[in-house]
Amino acid sequence: MGTADVEAVWRIESARIVAALTRFTGDFGLAEDAAQEAVAEALVSWPLAAPANPAGWLMATARRRAIDAIRRRTALQDRYALLAADAAVDEEPDPDRIDDDILALMFISCHPVLSPEARVALTLRVVGGLSSEEIARAFLVPVPTVQARITRGKKTIAAAGVPFELPPAAERRERLGGVLSVIYVIFSEGSTATSGDRLLRPEVAYEAIRLARTLAALQPAEPEVHGLLALCELTAARFPARTAADGSPVLLEDQDRRRWDFSAIRRGLAALAKASTRGLGPYGLQAAIAATHASALSVEATDWDRIVVLYEALGRVAPSPVVELNRAVAVAMASGPAQALAIVDELIASDRLPGSHLVPTVRGELLARLGRRPEARAELELAARLCANQRERSVLLRKAATLG
Amino acid sequence: MAKYMLIMRGTDESNAALLAGFEELAASTYKYIEDLVKAGVFVAAEGLDDARQGVVVDFSGETPVVTDGPYGETKELFGGYFLLDVASKQEAVEWAKRIPTVTGAKIEVRRVAGDDETPLETAGSGLESNGQI
Repeated sequence: MGTADVEAVWRIESARIVAALTRFTGDFGLAEDAAQEAVAEALVSWPLAAPANPAGWLMATARRRAIDAIRRRTALQDRYALLAADAAVDEEPDPDRIDDDILALMFISCHPVLSPEARVALTLRVVGGLSSEEIARAFLVPVPTVQARITRGKKTIAAAGVPFELPPAAERRERLGGVLSVIYVIFSEGSTATSGDRLLRPEVAYEAIRLARTLAALQPAEPEVHGLLALCELTAARFPARTAADGSPVLLEDQDRRRWDFSAIRRGLAALAKASTRGLGPYGLQAAIAATHASALSVEATDWDRIVVLYEALGRVAPSPVVELNRAVAVAMASGPAQALAIVDELIASDRLPGSHLVPTVRGELLARLGRRPEARAELELAARLCANQRERSVLLRKAATLG
Repeated sequence: MAKYMLIMRGTDESNAALLAGFEELAASTYKYIEDLVKAGVFVAAEGLDDARQGVVVDFSGETPVVTDGPYGETKELFGGYFLLDVASKQEAVEWAKRIPTVTGAKIEVRRVAGDDETPLETAGSGLESNGQI
């Protein structure tokens, strides 16, 4: 067995092992350390002699390392209690218990006492089973940075005395929202990379989808979990058509829709149906917008009235200037550029998106459609000056130039 | 990350063993699928009916010829599949090792080609290096 084989087993087992060990020791940091030691041992010993039951080997070794660590810090008289606990953990884990433990692991990794970066790193590491190197590659940061985030995160959990348990009912919904937003941050990094030379990084988005699927399986009665999963699946379905062969972005209206991933669209629509049982939340509404695009054969055939309504609803449950701007674009498609321009001008008057290149980009586009070419050109040039992305900037300048 | 198809292949003997212990096997298969779903890797799974009930449409001649029964002389017949969305080939293999099945059965692990590649490219036909694609 090689490194990749060890990593493959770890991917499948990490959440169960860290969850079971945290339950056993009551110490999240210690459990994670012990699990990592077990992986390190596997990387050395499996290539020489592969165990008959790799998953069982990892769990047993991790548990031994956890016990070693506790022995080092435990007074003699407490060791008897430990031995009793040791026997208990040998029993076959109760499947319901392990599900709750994995859920508790997600909640602790996304705990509000942690920095946003630590939440992402810990979730990918303990729930997703990724190595520090893989996380560093996903977020384009140095490996020591990821390691420091994880170490600090574990210390924070210990210092704050965060218990390993499902959040009490009163906090449950809010804490679940915290987990969803960590998954969404990971997905967004893959669907519109904030740095690097690629627009899309599907391998990063994949990790988020995988986490969302796990969460949906463990929390099937939570509509927004299905809403987030639907949003991720439907957005990822468009990935194959979103970049040209040279890596440059392809706008929705120019995408070859035959290249969309129809199996992902089907999964997204199925998740959206589950999200719709008690009224859509912010993720579900965004998924519904993505679903409207996914079900249309072309930009012209898109139900823009429905998209306007969905953006209006989204603006009510999750007000944001970016949602307003998107609503303006949808209004332009549904009712024409003049009405959309009024929404954009209102945004500018209230100065809710200062310094963003998106506002002049949309405004320039609307002015161009209204035939106000000199104004349109000025807006697009302003957008180009504000835009940080080289590829997008050249598109804007090219467009401005055509307006003579 | 990529999709992999885990293709179940059985001989007459292994298929008979499978039918004999069907209820138990079905229960462990449901449990296995549940594990796949919770791991976030499950896409689809389906089992095929008896190969003897199938037909083969053969394009060897000018017009397609239809014959009843299983395909050719194949000893290991395709009986069903799992479609998984996993991080690596090794992970697909690890999941394949865990499929509840019977002695004598085999699982073939095949990657699903991405939308931007053709089997020719992945087979390294050399067309690409010749600048023809």
